[in-house]
Amino acid sequence: MAALIGMTGDWDLAEECAQDAFAQALKTWPRDGVPRRPGAWLTTVARNRALDRLRRGAAEAAKLREAATLSRAHDDAPGGDDSGIRDDRLRLIFTCCHPALPLEARVALTLRTLAGLTTAEIARAFMVGEETMAKRLVRAKGKIRDARIPYRVPPAHLLPERTAGVLGVLYLLFNEGYSASAGADLVRQGLCAEAIRLARALTELMPDEPEALGLLALMYLHDARRATRVDGSGDLVRLEDQDRTRWDRAEIEEGTRVLDAALRRSRPGPYQVQAAIAACHATAAVPADTDWAQIAQLYGRLAALLPSPVVELNRAVAVAMADGPAAGLALVEALGAAGALSGYHLLPATRADLLLRLGRRDEAAASFAAALDLAATDAERRYLTRRLAELSDRQ
Amino acid sequence: MKYMMLVCADESIELSDEEQAQIGPATDAWVTEMDGRGVRLEGHQLRSAADATTVKVRGGDLLIADGPFAETKEQIAGFDLLECADLDEAIEVASKHPVARFGVLELRPFWTD
Repeated sequence: MAALIGMTGDWDLAEECAQDAFAQALKTWPRDGVPRRPGAWLTTVARNRALDRLRRGAAEAAKLREAATLSRAHDDAPGGDDSGIRDDRLRLIFTCCHPALPLEARVALTLRTLAGLTTAEIARAFMVGEETMAKRLVRAKGKIRDARIPYRVPPAHLLPERTAGVLGVLYLLFNEGYSASAGADLVRQGLCAEAIRLARALTELMPDEPEALGLLALMYLHDARRATRVDGSGDLVRLEDQDRTRWDRAEIEEGTRVLDAALRRSRPGPYQVQAAIAACHATAAVPADTDWAQIAQLYGRLAALLPSPVVELNRAVAVAMADGPAAGLALVEALGAAGALSGYHLLPATRADLLLRLGRRDEAAASFAAALDLAATDAERRYLTRRLAELSDRQ
Repeated sequence: MKYMMLVCADESIELSDEEQAQIGPATDAWVTEMDGRGVRLEGHQLRSAADATTVKVRGGDLLIADGPFAETKEQIAGFDLLECADLDEAIEVASKHPVARFGVLELRPFWTD
């Protein structure tokens, strides 16, 4: 069921297809015998049923696109491409990420042409109006045509600098799949699979580029947790509450293996550092085993490479875990005062959490309420509402 | 594809005597190379913005003013007409122009049907 839900994002559909698969089994197994791997048989039948249903749903054009992406992802050999430069998707992505295009256009174009997101979905992801995004895409395609941006993978001497741009786009693409910035669904596995596929292809093309390896490692380590990120109602599950036995161990091992390969190059970069942080979490068998001091230090290194208030906020969380909530709160208050994160719901949410741990319940409640006002997805809203409710329940 | 390459620089930038002396010969060398490659069709240095004149006709009236048309820090100092296979080649040609090191070059594709 989990696989179907993750795939289709549609609980009712998943349930019906699962039931259909069981019904099918009841019909054919007495006749043909029980298959050697009944679970896989059921999953395949249910999956094909789901794909079938999605294809026939004219109104669900978005899910159709996703189904196409997914079936492509599932059909490919796990070993990845060996086509290198001939991979049409790579040609396309380097063209979409050409430096002559404005950055936001590069991202939008990649999402539109490679991931098949609708203009509306991309608009939501970047918090602009649909018409604005449509114009952005039209102008970008127009520029490629009018200025004659070549449709190709760049020649060797240009490849390193052009790669940085591509990595940025893939990272954004993965994040779109990992946590939608608006709407009811938190996890969109199809986009993650697409991003991982493209990132893996890139590492095969550029095996000596450590940041490409770092990005792939980061994606694997995040993706390994996808089964536990969201619970049965589609609500956010905190890292410390996630059932670690349901983390994909094979994917974690692959992620750490790829990260080690990257680090051997001795050319650190932001993706490698972020992957190292993810690896700290992924390799802790229980939350209590987490090396928070190491994580805080890594966020410090990340801040040096990629100065950003969001990175500072994450560092504050790690510091709170390593040195106590008061230490973390001091950093959070400083960030609040600096004003760079106004409008970002995780700032008041983090503040609320730290205040609660310090026993300052009324202030915590006020902060959770402030975070609720800023939350962008239904899942985030439900999570914050629940935390607020827990607070008043425990009076 | 033809591109108009506008060579722009901040006229108030102070170059060292050495840099100033270098520009002329370096530009000549660039012109020679690009003419030879067939990517440069023609071009010329222009007088400074102080020598510019703007022309407008509004409501039948001819309006002339001391130029340039846009009050920007960087002004057009010269132009070259390029013919390149694609934008990447035009970028490579432009990047080798000596003014690229302290000014900015704009590549504007020709309108084609």
